[in-house]
Formats: sequence, C-alpha cells, structure tokens
Amino acid sequence: MGIPVALTVNGQSVTADVEPRTLLVTFLREHLALTGTHVGCDTAQCGACTVLLDGRAVKACNILVVQAQGAKVTTIEGLSGGDALHPMQAAFKQHHGLQCGFCTPGMVMSAVELAGRMKDPTDEQIREALDGNICRCTGYQNIVKAVKAGLANAG
Amino acid sequence: MHAFKYHKPDTLAAALGGGGDDTRYLAGGQSLVAGMKLRLSQPSDVVDLAGLAELRGIKADASAVTIGAMTRHAEVAASGEVRSRIAALADLAAGIGDRQVRNMGTLGGSLANNDPAADWPGAVLGLGATIVTSQRRLAADDYFIGLYETVLEPREIITAVAFPVPGKAAYVKFKNAASRFALVGVFVAQTAAGVRVAVTGAGGAGVFRVTEMEQALAKRWSPESVQSIPVASEDLTSDIHASAEYRAHLVSVLAARAVAAAG
Repeated sequence: MGIPVALTVNGQSVTADVEPRTLLVTFLREHLALTGTHVGCDTAQCGACTVLLDGRAVKACNILVVQAQGAKVTTIEGLSGGDALHPMQAAFKQHHGLQCGFCTPGMVMSAVELAGRMKDPTDEQIREALDGNICRCTGYQNIVKAVKAGLANAG
Repeated sequence: MHAFKYHKPDTLAAALGGGGDDTRYLAGGQSLVAGMKLRLSQPSDVVDLAGLAELRGIKADASAVTIGAMTRHAEVAASGEVRSRIAALADLAAGIGDRQVRNMGTLGGSLANNDPAADWPGAVLGLGATIVTSQRRLAADDYFIGLYETVLEPREIITAVAFPVPGKAAYVKFKNAASRFALVGVFVAQTAAGVRVAVTGAGGAGVFRVTEMEQALAKRWSPESVQSIPVASEDLTSDIHASAEYRAHLVSVLAARAVAAAG
C-alpha cells in the first residue's frame, strides 16, 4: 500500500512510507509534526499552507507528497536560525503585519520567495505576488509594509 | 480523496502503457489534485508525468515558439525567449491563477483539462497553435470539443505546443476576483493565416472564435472595428458570477482593449 518517499525538509533528510493520496501538507503536519504550515481553506485558494518546493512557493494542500519526491521543502519552521528570526519574520513582527496570525506562515513564505526574485518591488508588485495569500482580518496594509521592510532587510 | 495506485514512469512509452483502465495523467496537479480531493475525479491509477524530462522546456525560432507540455506557467512567464517573440503568451502565463498555482501548473495540464475559464485555450485557439501529442499533431481548430472535453484519447499525452509567431497579438482578461479564472478573456492576433479572435471564459461550450470580429479586423486593425460588434448571448455561460448578457458585453469591450494593447 505505502510507497517510499525521500525528501529534504528544512535541511533534514526525511524518508517515509506513505499512501499515495497523502497531501504534502498532511505529511508535514501529521507525519513530521511541523504544524506551522496551516490549512485554511483546504481548496488551494487561501495560501495559508504555502511552503517552498525547491525554492518555489507552492500550496502544500494541493500537492501530493509524492510530487515532492527528492525535492527540498522549506516550511516556516525552517526560516529562523534558532532563536533569531528570519529578516522577513522580524519585519512582520516590527510592522505588525498580522492580526490573528493564521495566514502569516503562508504570507511569510510567499514574501521570502519574492525576495529571491525582486529586490525592490513596488507596493503593487508586492500585492500581486501575494495574490495567492488571503488575510481575512484585512491586514493587508501592514503586510505590504512588512514585506517591503523585510525585502530591504534581507538585501 | 479516494486511494489510487501511483506510477512515475521515466519514459513516454512507459507512461502510455502505465496504470489501469481508469488512469489519469498527473501534470502539475493544480486542477486534478483539487478535483480528486472533492471526489469529482476518482481514478484507480495516477500516472505522474513529472519524470519525463522530454516534456519540459522552451524552444524558439523566428517562426514558432514551442513549449513542452510539462513547462510551468511561471517558467513561460519568466522566459525571455517567449517574451521577445510572443509577449502576449508571457503576459497570459503571468496572469494565470496566482503565484503558487503558476509555480506548479503546466501548459499541457491546462490544455488536457480544458477548463472553460482557463487562459491557455484562448492563446492556443487565438494563435492557431499546433498541439503535439504522443501520436499526432492537432490543429487548435480541431482540438477543443466542449466543457472539459477535447479530442484527446484516454491514452494520449500532450508533449508540446507549437505557437506560430504572430505579427501582433494580445490577451486581455476580466478576472473573477476570487478564483482569478477568466470571467471573459479575449486573445487577438495577426497571424500568417489571417486575423484570429478567440474568447475563453464565456462560451457555453468552451473557447470559441468570433469570425465577424476577425473579418472586421482584417479590413481595419483598430479597436473601433470590434467594439460595436455584438456577440450573441444565447450560447454563452450564465452563472452566479455573471449573466450571459454581461459576458457578451465584455467580449466586445475586451476585444477592443486587446486590439489596442496589441498596437
């Protein structure tokens, strides 16, 4: 029934036997206990489950873990070095880029991917890059501020 | 999601022979996985095409841009070769879904699924592209049949799409704000085979051409040529997002904007 998967999650090699229908987000949360990646809508719209797959922001609720075979996955837990926040996390904290915080892990992961593509995006480009991440507290103003600051800090 | 058997072949021949009677091919999975979660799709076998390197990549020359079926939307959007030859294709790819969807979703997967509100069918029909499969070459005009329906056989895999380089082309869509699918999208092009106008998102049977607009644009390439040409609403989609009459109105408006954008 199970098939073997081997991937790298936050720098650690992981192997497991999984049912093919196991979603990447289920594998992260329930097999690896990495519950920082959230399930919001579960229909690939809200982006709370966003992780990096070989550096690309993707929605972990809409991908089978077998699709990540051999890949490098980075979750929100993999960003910080020990107690030191990643510059993007620090920027979200400093600029209060959250209210309830549920969408925040996905927002931060999308922002980190953006940092790898654009050094000095406009507010509009930041909003476009976050098109796949929904905040229902309507905190977008501060999220955009935080991303802008995070990109500046990361540079 | 129901259980299924998973296969990941590394050759096209193995992919064509893999799986059982009720096999679905998995490209990026942005529609298929979502559909399986909802049990709209319940295949016994899933054959993952991700191991087929020959289905990836972009080749371009002066007459055509050929894109491998497993090339992701984000790769098309970021390709300098695509942008320099057919900027409308790069623009279209950059506007599909959201960033995360573009990072997984593929050209071939979208075309095999043929969602009536997808963007790629507009470009394929609007440019008169050729769809290359594991067994034949299909003209765009012969490929699309209806909603989620194409001429693809159950055991046929799209390997690449060849888009002829047009004189001018542009794609303009009116997005559904929530899903970012096309409520209506219009692709216009001046091709070697004549002017083409393709509409996605609006048709009750999927993507379609508007010959009246094509004839008007062939006489005079100008937004004014199409903005007052009405499209009959009888055959258009009506749903909670928009009435058929509203979609018909948008077709004329967006066609004019697309002609203006094409220059």
